[in-house]
Amino acid sequence: MPYPAAYHLASMSNLTAARFQMAYSLGFHMIFAALGIGLPLMMLIAEGFYLRTQKAKYMRLARTWAKATGLLFAVGAVSGTALSFELGLLWPRFMGFAGSTLGPAFTLEGYAFFLEAIFLGLYLYGWERLKPAHHWLTGLVVALTSCLSGVLVLATDAWMQNPLGADVLMTNPEAMDAVGALFKNAAWPIMTIHSTFSAYATTGFAVAGVYAWSGLKGKMDEMRRSAIAIALFVGTVSALAMPITGDFAAKSVAERQPIKLAAMEAHFDTQSGAPLRLGGWPDEETGTVSFDLELPYGLSFLSYGDFNAEVKGLKEFPRELWPNVKVTHISFQIMVAAGMAMLALAAAYYATVWRNRIRKQTDQPLGRLLLTLLVPGGFLGIIALEAGWVVTEVGRQPWIIYGVMKVTDAVTPAPGLVTTLTWFVALYAALAVVLVFLLNRLKHA
Amino acid sequence: MQNTWFGLQPELAVGLVMLLVLTMYAIFAGADFGGGILDLVSFGPRRKQQQDAISHAMGPVWEANHVWLIFMVVILFTAFPRAFEALSIAFFVPFHLVLFGIVLRGAAFVFRANADVASFQWTAWARVFGMASVITPFLLGAALGAVSTGGGVTHPVSLGIGALTLAVCAYLAAVFLCNETEGDLQEDFRFHALGAGLTVAVLAAILLPLIKNAAPLLWSHLAQPTSAPPMVAGAVLAILSAWAVGARRYGLARILAVAEVVIILGGWAFGQWPYIIYPDYTVHNSAAPGPSIRFLLNTLPFGLGLLIPSLILLFVVFKGRRRPTV
Repeated sequence: MPYPAAYHLASMSNLTAARFQMAYSLGFHMIFAALGIGLPLMMLIAEGFYLRTQKAKYMRLARTWAKATGLLFAVGAVSGTALSFELGLLWPRFMGFAGSTLGPAFTLEGYAFFLEAIFLGLYLYGWERLKPAHHWLTGLVVALTSCLSGVLVLATDAWMQNPLGADVLMTNPEAMDAVGALFKNAAWPIMTIHSTFSAYATTGFAVAGVYAWSGLKGKMDEMRRSAIAIALFVGTVSALAMPITGDFAAKSVAERQPIKLAAMEAHFDTQSGAPLRLGGWPDEETGTVSFDLELPYGLSFLSYGDFNAEVKGLKEFPRELWPNVKVTHISFQIMVAAGMAMLALAAAYYATVWRNRIRKQTDQPLGRLLLTLLVPGGFLGIIALEAGWVVTEVGRQPWIIYGVMKVTDAVTPAPGLVTTLTWFVALYAALAVVLVFLLNRLKHA
Repeated sequence: MQNTWFGLQPELAVGLVMLLVLTMYAIFAGADFGGGILDLVSFGPRRKQQQDAISHAMGPVWEANHVWLIFMVVILFTAFPRAFEALSIAFFVPFHLVLFGIVLRGAAFVFRANADVASFQWTAWARVFGMASVITPFLLGAALGAVSTGGGVTHPVSLGIGALTLAVCAYLAAVFLCNETEGDLQEDFRFHALGAGLTVAVLAAILLPLIKNAAPLLWSHLAQPTSAPPMVAGAVLAILSAWAVGARRYGLARILAVAEVVIILGGWAFGQWPYIIYPDYTVHNSAAPGPSIRFLLNTLPFGLGLLIPSLILLFVVFKGRRRPTV
């Protein structure tokens, strides 16, 4: 291959290349999916305030956020289409086996996504053609269907983590209850509530970060303050929901995927009254963790609600069934840390707003320090989202369907994966650069 | 599966749903791809206005039109997972190229809409948009040829069908745009429509003997009594539609062009039945045994019950001739 980047990749195995391409495509798409869920809600709030108050600043925000939604949705839609093909192109054995089981969720998601595309067209291009209230209602459909799309797609991921009925699918496929396996799966609501809130948290903090940045450049005004207020309201409510929904998610993992829980916690030895490990660098060869901080009994309590509960360690399971412990554990630490940082930022913001209010100085600037913190804070949601997803999917390895089918048995036999991976990396990286450039140029008309 | 669905064998019912989805995709997304092709090949003093008219026509609707393809993929792996598996392996390279085309076309279209019209970026994205609009329908057409002949996408018949797909897309776009423009611009698109129509005729004239000689089995499928009459009727409609364009009866030309695509795809589908990928995969040997096919069929009326009124609303708001506030 004549491409320098591909030259170094050439020794990569088909399986590794397929996993990287899937991870890269999904990791890219996910940001757009999350913003595509969160931004419509925020533009609806802004337009709603405009309809109530007739203040021009809200209309300017709604229109600008709608433009951003239009750009992000287009990239999200085409990268999502790519994923629907890639499921088969990269993992044909998986889709041949499980395609009909995942189908009902994707079918319903197809309708939701279709409605979203139709009503987004009406919303983005209908400002002058629809009555204000009707226009707002088309946005409401976008906000609802985008959320519903995400919820339905999560049903397929939940099935891959907790594959109800997989034994039936293997032995007597005619009796397989795909609808029940997808929608009566207890892992689904737990995962989907956590991830849906994360989409709103991601968007809220990202938008606040953007306006904090323009504030630092000296452009803070009433409209931008309102933008931060709306964004951080959405962000804070969601960030508050994250630890609660995350607690349910962790208990679900403890029950259904004990190896994943052990990897998340870098918990090598089975132990009663197991401590919660914060940070640390796990060594899979020696089964030890360095530089960590241990909260006594924490893991037992958080996993099972009992300080003395026994938590199975990785050594309880065959070595070839361990996920990558370093990646899973560290991603989990990053997710939790980013979530905590978001809560701290939200507290700092509301403390400032509250202080200004009791001093009756509601038009006061937010303060340089707060704005400076909010700018990197804009990335926290995206970091937590990606890290949490890495925990979920890397922690599932070596399985593509947990306990049923391994990724090695699902991967395509077709040659050329290193080439397609290289091109995908280049394509999406280029799109990301252009998109950031264009979003940065959006003006408040 | 023994139980029928509204008197139809479930596999046949899903096959008809796929035909419907394919037809919708071919007409609506086909016209959007055709818009990209015209964008690329347009020339003359009103090139920018032509490109502007294309953007204007596609803007609110292209994303909705694109979703039909996602439906096609979902139905295929839900109802016929083994065929989807085989297709994904066999078309690893062409489908990756299709994805590149899809991603680049969508991105370039919105990126261009956000650039200044006089800027270098605008011209560059216009070029990417046009080229990506050629790659995707060409390869999808070639893939359709490949599953019909049992050959690859590089088989001459597949390449011919790919080229024909491009010409039909361009024709649809030009005819639709004749209906959405006026004056000189309308004359420009009439010219494009006649050019695309002529290309369709030339390609069809090359393809017919080619199929007969290079893909005799496909020829025999298309010569069946269920398939040949619609194919002939499609050719007649194509000629009538081009005549209507010539006579500047654009509304009629649009109806005839849509009917042409519907009837030709229908004729092809009846010839192809019961194969998904000729000769190894049929709807019968690759149908999922579980209840998913039934779920797909049972949710269809509800799904379409929501989609169709929404689509009509979308097209009424943006494609009507009058432009009042609704």
